[in-house]
Amino acid sequence: MDITLPRDLEAALAAAAAAPDATILAGGTDLMVGVNYHGVRPSAVVAIRRVAELQEWEDRFIGAGVTYRRLEAGPIPGLAQAARTVGSPQIRSAGTIGGNLGTASPAGDTLPFLAAVDASVVLRSTAGERVLRWDEFITGPKRNARGPGELIIGVRFPDRLPRRQAFAKIGVRSAMVIAIASCCVTRDEDGTTRVALGSVGPTPIRARRAEEMISAESRPTEATLTEFSRLVADEVRPITDHRSTAEYRRYASGVMARRLLERVLS
Amino acid sequence: MIRITVNGVARTADPAGPESLLTTLRDRLGLPGSKNACEQGECGSCSVILDGELVCSCLVMAADADGSEVRTIEGIDDHGTLNAIQEAMVGAGGVQCGFCTPGIVVAATHLFEANPHPTEGEIREALAGNICRCTGYGAIVRALTAVAGTEAS
Repeated sequence: MDITLPRDLEAALAAAAAAPDATILAGGTDLMVGVNYHGVRPSAVVAIRRVAELQEWEDRFIGAGVTYRRLEAGPIPGLAQAARTVGSPQIRSAGTIGGNLGTASPAGDTLPFLAAVDASVVLRSTAGERVLRWDEFITGPKRNARGPGELIIGVRFPDRLPRRQAFAKIGVRSAMVIAIASCCVTRDEDGTTRVALGSVGPTPIRARRAEEMISAESRPTEATLTEFSRLVADEVRPITDHRSTAEYRRYASGVMARRLLERVLS
Repeated sequence: MIRITVNGVARTADPAGPESLLTTLRDRLGLPGSKNACEQGECGSCSVILDGELVCSCLVMAADADGSEVRTIEGIDDHGTLNAIQEAMVGAGGVQCGFCTPGIVVAATHLFEANPHPTEGEIREALAGNICRCTGYGAIVRALTAVAGTEAS
């Protein structure tokens, strides 16, 4: 196995260009499970945890190497709440937001927030930079649009983040679980509401009909809340697997979205 | 070949391919205190402190630990005697089969170094990634809340 341990972005991009199909190693919390359990034996690895530029966090840009631990302590409530639900302290010390995007699991805990705020993913190679919106980047379950020789540099947010943000996740215990379903709801002063869900479709899903309906309601009533919940449950596309059933996930999606909406309205 | 500082001692090792730091510590460096159980970051029994961060050593690629500083359970004692956390674990009956104990002690040591007086809630959250299959959590938490209280007085 050929491994490079670059310390800056220029060296990392050069390493990725020299081995375009290299496995990119950040926190290792996904990759090493593959190594330990599924016989993953990468021939080339570019290990990026030392790359200073990927640790940057400025206002509307979060570097790919920022750990869940930092997100958890950070100023963005929806993202902090989501990061706190990831694994355990040990996992949150190692795992990164760039890794969550790179793995692109339907259950990725930060992804509903990124979908709700229409975050973009910044990719770079020695050939240049590409900026893809979250739904252009995540192309399917555990699939994304990162090309050979490209690195995920970080996520970029729109100019202004919604004032009210809330995240919730359902699992069989309150730590160390992969989401059965997860949800992020945001709301702006003008009523614009966004709803994104994880683990209930092949990629994160925006419940756009529910968003449209509730965004027009300045003071949602019991009837509109109930309708909002119904629309969300109608828009998700869950499957039955070893973690839960499609029926439960659909029901839970509506309940979670309504509870989070009530939280951002209060 | 990697160079790492383990419990203050400079060591070299030659991990095979993508092997984990846990494997390197146990099989190449003669440090079997970190336990190998789940190998997927679920149980915390391989917890070590890597460059100041609490991590599962089974999820660290040893080759990527080159140049790092690692503290394992073997280096957590108080100059040859049990540290306050270890004493409290013994005193409160926080050890049953003992398999999770090294990971619990490392995680608790990491917690107390950052926060000498954690509440019970903080202790439980800090140990959320350490599984005790004897389910001895009550005694473990009593041991650690006692340490927090002792240091508070």
